Amino acid sequence: MRHGREILRVEGLSKSFFGVRVLHGIDLVLREGETLGLVGENGSGKSTTMNILGGIHPPEAGSLMLDGKPYRPAGPRDALRAGLAFIHQELNLFENLSIEENIFVSDFPRRFAKLPLIDRRRIGERTRELLAMVDLPHPPSTPVSRLSQGERQLVEIAKALSSDARIILFDEPTTSLTRRETEKLFEIMARLEGQGIALIYISHILGDVLRVCDQIAVLRDGHLVGSGPRAEMTVERLISMMVGRRIDSLFPPRTTAAGSEPALEVEGVSQPGVVHEVSFTLHRGEVLGVAGLMGAGRSELARILFGLDPHERGTVRVGGVTLEELSPEVCMRHGMAFLTEDRRGEGLLMEASIADNAALPSLRDYATGRTGWIDAGRLRTDVTEVAERVRINATDYASMLVKNLSGGNQQKVVIAKWLLRRPEVFILDEPTRGIDVGAKYEVYKIVDQLVADGAAVLFISSEMEELIGMCDRIMVMNRGEITKIHHRDAFDSEHILETAMRTDLVGQAVP
Amino acid sequence: MADRAVSESGRARPRAAMAPWLERLVLSEYLVFYLTAVYFLIVWPIVPQIASLSSLYNMATDLLPLLVVAIGQTFVLIVAGIDLSVTSIIALASVVGASVMTADGGYLAGSPFAVPAGIVTFLAVGGLVGWFNGWCCTRLGMPPIIVTLVGLMFLSGVAIWYTTGHTETSSIAGLPRSFVVIGQGRAHGVPHALWVALAVGIAAHLLLRHTVFGRWLFAIGINRKAAEVSGVPVDKAILWAFVISGVCAAISSILYTGRLETGTPVMGERILLDIIAAVVIGGTSLSGGKGKIVWTLGGVLFLVVIDTSLKLLGMSLFVVFAVKGAVILFAAIIDAMRQRIVQRG
Repeated sequence: MRHGREILRVEGLSKSFFGVRVLHGIDLVLREGETLGLVGENGSGKSTTMNILGGIHPPEAGSLMLDGKPYRPAGPRDALRAGLAFIHQELNLFENLSIEENIFVSDFPRRFAKLPLIDRRRIGERTRELLAMVDLPHPPSTPVSRLSQGERQLVEIAKALSSDARIILFDEPTTSLTRRETEKLFEIMARLEGQGIALIYISHILGDVLRVCDQIAVLRDGHLVGSGPRAEMTVERLISMMVGRRIDSLFPPRTTAAGSEPALEVEGVSQPGVVHEVSFTLHRGEVLGVAGLMGAGRSELARILFGLDPHERGTVRVGGVTLEELSPEVCMRHGMAFLTEDRRGEGLLMEASIADNAALPSLRDYATGRTGWIDAGRLRTDVTEVAERVRINATDYASMLVKNLSGGNQQKVVIAKWLLRRPEVFILDEPTRGIDVGAKYEVYKIVDQLVADGAAVLFISSEMEELIGMCDRIMVMNRGEITKIHHRDAFDSEHILETAMRTDLVGQAVP
Repeated sequence: MADRAVSESGRARPRAAMAPWLERLVLSEYLVFYLTAVYFLIVWPIVPQIASLSSLYNMATDLLPLLVVAIGQTFVLIVAGIDLSVTSIIALASVVGASVMTADGGYLAGSPFAVPAGIVTFLAVGGLVGWFNGWCCTRLGMPPIIVTLVGLMFLSGVAIWYTTGHTETSSIAGLPRSFVVIGQGRAHGVPHALWVALAVGIAAHLLLRHTVFGRWLFAIGINRKAAEVSGVPVDKAILWAFVISGVCAAISSILYTGRLETGTPVMGERILLDIIAAVVIGGTSLSGGKGKIVWTLGGVLFLVVIDTSLKLLGMSLFVVFAVKGAVILFAAIIDAMRQRIVQRG
């Protein structure tokens, strides 16, 4: 490892939002030609640190030094001018424009100094140089819409290089990349290091962090809990620093086995173009996983079963009773609950408190008589009880707005609001999406507790490990049909993946 | 060295520095009451008669019917809707209700049931129009602003057409004494209308704060899709919000009609903007999910004080409109500033 010149020094960086302190005296040092890994759970302060460096938020206390001089960006443009470039998780490219237009969109070179005429030739030449630096052999005029996710990422990097960036910050850059594209990204990153550019790399994938970073800093609850060279770190050590305790296994042991009494029976449910002849039985005390690729019809099936989307044919029985019609109200009356994959859009009232969110599906149960007068005392007691059971991290459930919670805590609010109804059949659609390791583990424990108490869980997920870790059976969907049901004693992730993909590979010819 | 951004207290200092007491005042949810008080204190030396007993009494009686219709509007705004048809409901209910009771050829002229039947007619007109508005907005998925704007035009026309069918003059007079008294009578100096408005206000407050229906309305206003996924009967709740708005407009029409002693199709013509403005200035959000009856009371109070003061200043109607517009704009600017402060945190 080479120790280059110190380029960025952060000392005692602090920040509060709404009177809540989110950063407590963070210290970081970044050297030329070095990659600094920044890890931590959601809500640990990584994004806030990034946003302060990028000039989106002003720091509240502490100093930022760039090349030994105070650095105080007033906005994102300032940061860019100072040589900091950001590669965000969701790429910020204009799909309808070409590569070269995207790279120069904020500052097109002019043909004559004052006239608004774009110097196309210079743009083309410069773009070709930049693309060569990131190994992207496309003509500069290629529309971005034709590029893969990985190639788009490289365009973003080329764009950063075009502004002569000396520090490039990567925020979860590999989430939408294939393994091969990820390897390519790492190769380019190593090359950038060689040119003396400093990199900050934020990722949840600790194996990658340990591979590409020279220094690693760990944040927890806004504190810097540890930092040091890669040689001193292991995945286990990083995780235990991130969550503040050791996690022996990623999944809690299942305490009970599945029962045999049917809880949810689905027969021949079809909706043209969405799902076809779906039939399965979910038993009490069972976790039934649903695997499949994007667009296989998993979420669509869940929405049909909960009465949110229409279906043409098929019957659904809950606890032996055939539902006359499918609507959220009817499904809920028969003991069903549904955790949506779209937490912000459909799961929560972001502008309302934790208590109001948790109470929403159960309001009728707390009303007396026909007036609908709510028994506020009983409701408050029960909401507090359930919020504490799922361990929502907040002091005052009645006043804390959901929008100010971290992703993991928001998800716990969604779970809490359904638990309050004591569901018999709980459909979970991507329950751990976008939440951190510690919160995931807690969600798994809640699921285990639910089935131990006799409920049945339909567990939809894109993460094969969590399906294998949590489910009694896994049902694989492909193009709206159930192609195979695997039993726990015969789980094999590669085999499951194969059943999910087989016909798809034939169907999806390369355009 | 971080001279600009650091403060001793550890809280972020707003970019535009504001005294803490001023910030607390601006952020208060009862800001409109403070604004009213400040405005009152400013105009008091200029038109001292505003604080006279008779002027205060007049303000109170002006306030009541406006408050009732604004309360109905609050329900619709909470579900992120809007009801522009309220003034036409006031007008239509006024003439239809009057046509039942009037001594000059009313359907029930002279009958002992004339007044109860008349009141039921008022309420039925309001409820039906509200129901139709709600039905269009939910079943047909039409935008509330279109449904109720068209309703406003259509029903205003119907009200005039209906009047011409009953009388040669422009309004229906000859209403029974026992009806008129609801709008203008008083006992021990307290107007009867006060009890009506108080009853509507308290019922509305309890409905919004303490019942399942009220909680549903707020949830729908904040995130309609999330409410649906949580099993809230969204369409039914929105429909009822419009019915409530219609019935409140009808009650308001009873008070206005009683005060004027005639049913007239131009009743309420000029107060549409006042109604919406009062609710919004009070703090109820046009984008839904936020609102309180007490806020609406504050908004109505604010408008009535401004109105009265401008009239006492002897300004012509046009100047009154202009000044009122400016003051409402000012209140809206303060509200916008407040939102920015809240969002900055």
